[in-house]
Amino acid sequence: MRRFSWFNATALSLGFAFLYIPMIILVVYSFNASKLVTVWAGFSTQWYGELIRNEEFLNAAWVTIKVAVMSSTIATVLGTMAAYVLVRAGRFSGRTLFSGMIYAPLVMPEVITGLSLLLLFIGIGLDRGVLTIVLAHTTFSMCYVSVVVSSRLVSFDQSLEEAALDLGCSAFDAFRLVTLPIIAPAVISGWLLAFTLSLDDLVIASFTTGPSATTLPIKIFSAVRLGVSPEINALSTIMIAIVTVGVITASLITKQAAVRQARDERMAERPA
Amino acid sequence: MRRFILIAVPYLWLVALFLIPFVIVLKISLSDVALARPPYMPQLDFAAGWSGLVSFFAELDFDNFWFLTTDDLYWKAYLSSLQIALVSTVLTLIVGYPIAYAMARAAPEWRPTLLMLVILPFWTSFLIRVYAWMGILANEGLLNQFLLWLGVINTPLTILNTNTAVYIGIVYTYLPFMILPIYSALERMDDSLLEAAEDLGCSRLSAFWLVTIPLSKNGIIAGCFLVFIPVIGEFVIPSLLGGSGTLMIGKVLWEEFFSNRDWPVASAVAVILLLILVIPIILFQRNEQKQREAEG
Repeated sequence: MRRFSWFNATALSLGFAFLYIPMIILVVYSFNASKLVTVWAGFSTQWYGELIRNEEFLNAAWVTIKVAVMSSTIATVLGTMAAYVLVRAGRFSGRTLFSGMIYAPLVMPEVITGLSLLLLFIGIGLDRGVLTIVLAHTTFSMCYVSVVVSSRLVSFDQSLEEAALDLGCSAFDAFRLVTLPIIAPAVISGWLLAFTLSLDDLVIASFTTGPSATTLPIKIFSAVRLGVSPEINALSTIMIAIVTVGVITASLITKQAAVRQARDERMAERPA
Repeated sequence: MRRFILIAVPYLWLVALFLIPFVIVLKISLSDVALARPPYMPQLDFAAGWSGLVSFFAELDFDNFWFLTTDDLYWKAYLSSLQIALVSTVLTLIVGYPIAYAMARAAPEWRPTLLMLVILPFWTSFLIRVYAWMGILANEGLLNQFLLWLGVINTPLTILNTNTAVYIGIVYTYLPFMILPIYSALERMDDSLLEAAEDLGCSRLSAFWLVTIPLSKNGIIAGCFLVFIPVIGEFVIPSLLGGSGTLMIGKVLWEEFFSNRDWPVASAVAVILLLILVIPIILFQRNEQKQREAEG
């Protein structure tokens, strides 16, 4: 029996209050009628209306989503390949360098990653814009994807794959029909992680973008530097709502999948 | 052949977009500023062949690193980044440990929900979470309004644009990184060890110090590194919540690059920042490896 004392209850309530009150305040004040964000002047949705009419924000949002979809998709493919190489390919020359390059971007300060990529793009004369942001985001998020996927690859039973090969599958079919369905949850969460990392990124995007492409974080950052504004509160509320719905849906789906899998396993174990 | 492609594609991608950019930073940190596009020299002239290569290397020097030591700004920024990272890691540990502890003690059916509540802010935009504090900590902000209303203070406190605001911002945004590893260490802990300690005459508090803390040591170490390492290079928090007095190396690098347009010095700042990070990164990797070996 674990003890659950008043101390634990206090720690949890204070902790979660600290984590959530700032965001709740942000959401509440996005419905404030006053232009002054710290003075409450009644309920209003006018800032949402102004946000929708603000072309610059809409364009930036569109660029951000485009970049995030492209970079997270490429990163998922490359990251899954990299995870496969790390877990399954065995020894090859340059393996240490390879795993170093997978783990280093995870701890690299964003300012350095951004600066170095910018210097590369200028060095090879690539015009900066959507393409360069996609390349930059793909590079750091593929490392996150490969970490997520390789932890799943390590834990799964390799004999399933061998059985498929014994039964006449080609190596590719064995991957497509056996391995992929098993690691699919990890691949999907890797994609989601890459997608959010890209949506969120300010520093690397600021370095690697040109005048033709402004992402939402860059736009928000330049607006926020001038101070708090109710429009940004409205925008933040929309983003918080999307993330909350997304995370809760994803966790319900994985929970359901886990329940289904447990039931299937029980059925399989039952003697006929 | 298939194996070769499988290895080559991600390998080449990382070499082209991670390793080579890095070599370029190193090279430019050894170059000189020039009023040209790109604004540094020497340029590597492939057309000149071998003699071009020789004169290129002859012109590289450590002047930028020498410059970093002559100007107070840089070493002060490095020191203050280290100090801010160290203090905020300790603060995050103090705030995070009780939360992780209470989560691990909660009823098992509650734990997935609590875990999700900790992870949810992590998925929310970092920028927005930092921005949320700007409205709270401002002079006419909600915290001051609240404290004035309570009568605790008579004049508003200046918090925004000071180091205090930076500490609050860091603890707030990095808290999940501290809670999660400590929680997973505590959750695996065998409760009968605590009972044994108490049966053998330990008080609750000494059982906590002698059993719980040592058993969660790996989680504490992992959490501290996960906060300390990224905070050193942090840019968003000091630039939004900090003031002109807040010196952090990420901010200095950004300004050197975007405001002063001094690429060689910005690159030299980056190289030194990386050298500073190498030690904690290696220690962190070693801790992770030890943990994996202990589990496996």
